[in-house]
Order: sequence, then C-alpha cells, then structure tokens
Amino acid sequence: MRRRKLVNLVMFSITGLCALTTVALLFFILGYLVWHGGRAVNWAFLTELPKPVGEAGGGMANAIVGTGKLLLLTTLIGVPIGFVAGVYVAEFGRGAFPAVIRYTADLLNGVPSIVIGVFAYALVVAPMRHFSALAGGCALSLMVIPITIRTTEQFLRAVPGSLREGALALGASQWKTVATVVIPAASRGVLTGTILAVARVAGETAPLLFTSFSNRYWSPGWNQPTASLPVMVYTYAISPYEDWHRQAWAAGLVLLALMLAANVAARFALAPKVTQHG
Amino acid sequence: MLAWELYRGSALARAKFGWAFLFGSTWDPVAGEFGALPFLYGTVITAALSLVMAVPLGLGAAIFLSELAPRRVSDALTFVIELLAAVPSVIYGLLGVFVLVPIMRGLGAPYGVGVLTASVVLAIMILPFIVSISREALLSVPREQREAALAVGATRWEATWQVVVPFARLGIAGSVFLALARALGETMAVTMVIGNDPKIHASILAPGYSIAAVIANEFTEATDDLHLSALIELALALFALTIVLNGLARLLILATQRRGTT
Repeated sequence: MRRRKLVNLVMFSITGLCALTTVALLFFILGYLVWHGGRAVNWAFLTELPKPVGEAGGGMANAIVGTGKLLLLTTLIGVPIGFVAGVYVAEFGRGAFPAVIRYTADLLNGVPSIVIGVFAYALVVAPMRHFSALAGGCALSLMVIPITIRTTEQFLRAVPGSLREGALALGASQWKTVATVVIPAASRGVLTGTILAVARVAGETAPLLFTSFSNRYWSPGWNQPTASLPVMVYTYAISPYEDWHRQAWAAGLVLLALMLAANVAARFALAPKVTQHG
Repeated sequence: MLAWELYRGSALARAKFGWAFLFGSTWDPVAGEFGALPFLYGTVITAALSLVMAVPLGLGAAIFLSELAPRRVSDALTFVIELLAAVPSVIYGLLGVFVLVPIMRGLGAPYGVGVLTASVVLAIMILPFIVSISREALLSVPREQREAALAVGATRWEATWQVVVPFARLGIAGSVFLALARALGETMAVTMVIGNDPKIHASILAPGYSIAAVIANEFTEATDDLHLSALIELALALFALTIVLNGLARLLILATQRRGTT
C-alpha cells in the first residue's frame, strides 16, 4: 500500500512539473522578448522608414501600416464571407450540406499556411504578374474564413431557442427572426470570435512571403508589394546585421503585444457571457 | 478548388518525374533535377521528434490540469497555455535563432541549426494544442468512472491512469494527430532554424530541410517553370498529408465526444 501511495505522489508531482514547465515557457518567451525588444522600441522605430544597411536608426512605420492595410482587407473580404456562411450553417442549413461545410471548414483550417500562400499566388499573383497587398489580403482571408464560420455558428447556436420561438410566434419570418433577434443576441460573441480570428492571422508570415511580398518604402494603393510586420521579423532575423536583429526583436515585441492585447481583451469581453450560460 | 489549382500547377513536374519525384534524393534547381525525398524526410523526422518531446509533457500537464488542480487554477493556467498558442510562429523562430541555436551549439551540434533544433521549436509550438485538447477530453470523462475506481480502493493516480486516461484515449489521440498536422505544416519557425540543407544526414544534429521551408525559401526565386511546378507539387503533397491527418483527428475527437455523452 505504501508503494502505491508513493507512486501516486510521484506521478502527480511529475504531471505538476509538466504543467509548470509549459506555463514557464510562455513567461520565458514573453520576458525574453520584452527584455530584448523593449530596448529597441522607440519613437523613431514606430514612425520612420527602414534605413539602408549600415546606417543606424530607422524604423518600421511602413510595415506597421502595411499590416494594418492587410488586416483591413481581410476584415472586408474574409470576415463577411465567413459570417454569412456561419449564419447559414447555424440557422438555415438543412440536410447534409451544413455538415459538409463544417467539415470542409475544419479541414481548411488545418491546411498549412504555406500551402494557402502557394494557392493565393496561383490565384491572384500569377494572373496579375506582380505581388500586391490585395493578394496578401486574399491569402489571409482564406485563413480567416474557416475560423469565422465556426465561431459564428457556435455563438448563434448558443442563443436560446425560446428567443427564436418568441420572435416567430409574433409573426416574424425566419429571415427576420435571424436578422433582428438571433444575430443581435449573439453579436458580442461573434465580435469576440472575429477579433480573435483576425488577431491570429495578423501573425501569419508564410502566406505573405509570396503574395504581398515586402517593401522598404511606403506602398501607395493596393496594387503594390507591401511590407508587413511578420515578414519584416523574418527577413531581419535571418539577416547578418546586428542592427537588424535588434529591430527584429522590436518588431516581434510590437507584434506580440498586439496579439496578446487582442486575445486578453477578447476573453475578458466574452467572460460574462460564458458564465451566464454556465 | 484548392486541390485542383495545386494539381494543375504541378502538372509539369508530375509529367516529367512521375512517382519518382517523391523518392528522388537530388534537389538541384540549376541542373533542373528535383527529388522530394530530403524534404519529406526532414518534414517527417522533425514532426516525429517534436511529438516525442511534446506528447509526454503535454499529456502530463493535461492530467495535472484536469485531475489534480482546483478548477479555478486549472482554468487560469489553461488560459495562459492557450495564449502560448496565439504567439505568431515567426516569434518562435526568432527565439529559436537567437536563444536555442547558441544553446544547441554549446551542446555539441556543429552548426547549432539543424533537425533537432527545429524539432525542439516545433515541440514548444504544438504543446498548447496537446494540452488544451487533451484536457477537454479528460474533463469529458464522466465523474462516475472516477468514483467507481476510487470506491474499489484505487489511489487517485491509479484511477487516473487506468480508468480516466484510457477512457479519453481517442480524444488524446485526436489531439496528437492535430498537433502532428500542425507540426508538418509549420513553416516559418522551421525555416529559420532547420539549416536548409537539401540532403539526408544520418545525424539529427545536422542541418536538414522541410517541405514547407523549401517552398518558403525558393518560391519567390524560382525562375523556370519546372522549378516552380516542382515546388507546387511539394505543396500538393503537404496538403494531402495534412488533410488526411486532420480528417482522422476530427473523426477521433467526434468519436470520444459521442461516447462521453451516452
């Protein structure tokens, strides 16, 4: 019996250690990034263009704006498609078709981001003959659609059936019920899900490498190659210059701060809703 | 549609090399010779090694979070671990290049970059998926199962290991498959630390190459059609691989959920 108790204690200690290691990893990553990036972030970094190799200083203002532009495109192209498809699957779908959409969305979600990049290249870049912000936006949209479908569906389904029945009993058509009762009731959850989805693709590098490419200057309009933070981190980190490494850390920190802020904000906005449903 | 586009794009390479493409071991864009074996090998070996590292650690953490930790602590820790999943992959790559590579060099890897380094980075990346999905699977095991085991005199560990874990095994397997699919497709972090050498080395300390990494590196530079089409065929192979794994994983997870509710 004592041996069994000992095994009990030892094994549970090991599992505790595993959990601790995992959590410690996150704090290590955060701490290290803040430590290195914090020294490199300053006002010039946020507002200036990159300088040529060898000159100190300079910043990544164009990459920050570029990321913003790409995300705007994603929100305009990907999010509406995902949202409408999600509404369809949750409210109007009958028979096997919604299940097929759901399964496809899950599979699309698991497709490696680099493959999405190749696809967007073949679809947008090759016919246009040059890299563009638009192509980058399309690639990111492809990634955001499946996530939006799933979250929209999930939150619409969480709306109590009695709400729907109430609206239908008052004589509203099914379309009217969904548009004026169900969607507003789920709006907070859907919004949260969307923020998380956009935040997730904000950090994607692979699909942008050969769609929006990169640019060392401001890129006017939507048809030019555009710099973006993740691609900048990548090119700067593998470059041989000390000063660029410093900037890579800074860009990494800015990127991570954006992601974490979006995540934490989204979770806390969501928290009351979740506890309500038990 | 995605599959069709990739299929069409790779037509040239498929016509020239046929199935031999998958088994050729020379990759020489200058001579126009393309074989995918080094990349397949690199992809599979890094994914497998990262699983070997991440699965025990992740499963241990999941058991702790679902069985031992109080609910509030468990929820808070899970939140933190899921944040780990939200960290962009370039940032893992960045840390890999500047933190892990010097460490590996100190440990005896000749270049620091290499298959093992890439596996360690991958292991850290897939860890949160394993933990959070396995935890869900463990939590969905009915209370009665635990209580019955404890009632016949099992210690808590015995109840967990011999009753709860086997009950949730399908869900856990599902989490491992999802993690595997993720590891196979991961691009940026691997590209940055694997060493980018299209040859097969016996040692896991030596540099290697993976499918995703070669696409990321050479796609913008591929000038002739054959090279481009070979890269697209690689993308197709990777796509097929992850689709199959993901499909399996989803089915497994569905299967446990169904059993958990009846």
